[in-house]
Amino acid sequence: MSSNPTDIEGLVNRRYQHGFVTDIESDSLPPGLNEDVIGALSAKKGEPEFMLQWRLKAYRHWLTMREPKWAHVHYPAIDYQAISYFSAPKSDAERPKSLDEVDPKLLETYDKLGIPLHERAKLAGVAVDAVFDSVSVATTFKAKLKEAGVIFCPFSEAVRDHPELVKKYLGSVVPYRDNFFATLNSAVFSDGSFVYIPKGVRCPMELSTYFRINAANTGQFERTLIIADEGSHVSYLEGCTAPMRDENQLHAAVVELVALKDAQIKYSTVQNWYPGDENGKGGIFNFVTKRGDCRGANSKISWTQVETGSAITWKYPSCVLRGENSVGEFYSVAVANNMQQADTGTKMIHIGRNTRSTIVSKGISAGRAQNAYRGLVRIMPQAANARNHTQCDSLLLGKNCGAHTFPYMEIRNPTARVEHEATTSKISDDQLFYCRQRGISEEDAVNMIVNGFCKEVFRELPMEFAVEAQNLLNVSLEGAVG
Amino acid sequence: MTAMLEIRDLHTKIGDTAILDGLSLTVNSGEVHAIMGPNGSGKSTLAQVIAGHESHLVTAGSVTFFGRNLLELAPEERAREGIFLGFQYPVEIPGVNNAYLLKAAVNAKRRHNGQPEIDAFEFLKLAREKMKLLDMDPGFLNRAVNEGFSGGEKKRNEILQMAMLEPRLAILDETDSGLDIDALKAVAKGINALRSPERAIVLVTHYQRLLHYIEPDQVHVLSKGRIVHSGDKSLALELEKRGYDWVREVANA
Repeated sequence: MSSNPTDIEGLVNRRYQHGFVTDIESDSLPPGLNEDVIGALSAKKGEPEFMLQWRLKAYRHWLTMREPKWAHVHYPAIDYQAISYFSAPKSDAERPKSLDEVDPKLLETYDKLGIPLHERAKLAGVAVDAVFDSVSVATTFKAKLKEAGVIFCPFSEAVRDHPELVKKYLGSVVPYRDNFFATLNSAVFSDGSFVYIPKGVRCPMELSTYFRINAANTGQFERTLIIADEGSHVSYLEGCTAPMRDENQLHAAVVELVALKDAQIKYSTVQNWYPGDENGKGGIFNFVTKRGDCRGANSKISWTQVETGSAITWKYPSCVLRGENSVGEFYSVAVANNMQQADTGTKMIHIGRNTRSTIVSKGISAGRAQNAYRGLVRIMPQAANARNHTQCDSLLLGKNCGAHTFPYMEIRNPTARVEHEATTSKISDDQLFYCRQRGISEEDAVNMIVNGFCKEVFRELPMEFAVEAQNLLNVSLEGAVG
Repeated sequence: MTAMLEIRDLHTKIGDTAILDGLSLTVNSGEVHAIMGPNGSGKSTLAQVIAGHESHLVTAGSVTFFGRNLLELAPEERAREGIFLGFQYPVEIPGVNNAYLLKAAVNAKRRHNGQPEIDAFEFLKLAREKMKLLDMDPGFLNRAVNEGFSGGEKKRNEILQMAMLEPRLAILDETDSGLDIDALKAVAKGINALRSPERAIVLVTHYQRLLHYIEPDQVHVLSKGRIVHSGDKSLALELEKRGYDWVREVANA
């Protein structure tokens, strides 16, 4: 899984170093949401006044909003007063003591994904002692980033240590009034990541493995802000291929990316939240707002996502192409199996001249799942010579699933060139028989065909992650045919 | 000596329609058999039943491969045991690299035989060798399986797979259909090169044309789901002269 397991070990230690567990365990807020709760939350995190005021503004606005119903997903009403907005993670006493106490099915999955042993314990929520003495690895990481001038820290730390940057950029891409879930997030966000890449700096490493373990602690209202200053580059990797245990059903994250002049941000996600059982019970609702702003000329933002988890996914990573010649890309594989529902896609808003965008969406449906692509390409009047190419393919496995495509296009400049291609296909019995006649098992044949279908997206992922994503897909679709 | 393939009194159905109706056939190592017959006589069904296609229901009779009951094996197990079906209409698999499929197939068989998997270098070397034999462009390996292939390319690809998999029994279903004369010659050359004392080849064909290039040891004429006539290669010539009506008369007699 990871080429360098000691990195992970370092992170296990890191958590203890910061004392998150002991800190948080001491108090947790009762369920319910009001201004007092937000005040307590903010105080608990030791936030400056501006942060509290921003949260309160968002909360007051949220009270005037209604939950959106336009997505092609169905779920029971969410009781927002029943959620605890500051809940401590399970104490060690409640957690499994060792892997022997963990659901064998989960362990089997880890095995299939090739996850290293010590990492399995962590992911399964086992109360592990930090037995690996590798603080030095984390330190090396930090030193390397610091040398380059890169800031990479938990969001709450950035609020305390870099308030000027947070103040300047927070909500500048996804305003607190943006949409129901983003507004809720603005009011109550728990934690997340903060990244700042200074002018002309190429981030010396993929911000990936580092995050992987970190992610387990960010809670249900995650907030991420990445700023790439002029001429800088960064590749950021979110998520984990391993299925993660989580008590919170509702997840409403916000991710904001800012690319200034000549800057490039590559944001890759592998999302594998618990999708619920075969009847869809107990799965995570994932309502995410992700947006990138190509603020400067010649900037580029690229989203790559592989979505296999969650009972419900509602997610449209978007690009606002403000700078001249800026480029937006969206590469997505969304898998929906059993009772999963996915409504996902992207928005490309062309504002600057000569802006270009590419959308490649691959939807795979199996079982009784519903998979929808929803995309918007908007060319504003001032966006002369804007270009977009959209390719939207659906693959169906079995008879009881559905694929839906909702492409929206708003073209307000006559020089624009916008192309849309869409296909829907099925894995046929003839294809499977052909492969089996060549000695390849049915399961391997399905995997081969599915991976072939997703190839264009996988090759956008960082190498090591692409292999993991491929395995993940295979595991997600196990038993989907036959 | 146990025969390689022994089919006894085989009856099959698709849905409610009976197709094979008491077919018997014995094939030994080293032999080349041609199965001929009019459209709808059950030629392709025979090929598919041997390969294990699940749309056919075997209602009576037996099929053994070196004495082993073939009917209880899954298609992939039969393939790994050394049964190869050259498809009449090879299916397109978009996005899947030709080389990838081929290598997966070779390795599935190797694993089955307890051999180590072939490495990429060795695989390429072997594939290039075999492709040369079939006058195939090496660029072929990098295309998606059968996608956008011409009829001739698809059939050559089938023979390439056969050459790589080195089956004990190859059943080639209408491999000659849709080929121009050059492609036919290239395919026949490939098949002839694969003739060996350890291998049997069953050519399913509608026309005698292919048999000009590949000389069979035995020719069988299929009609209404059973073999009505068997002979040596001269039978094919006679068929060409007298047509399948003659066979029907024999069958009805």
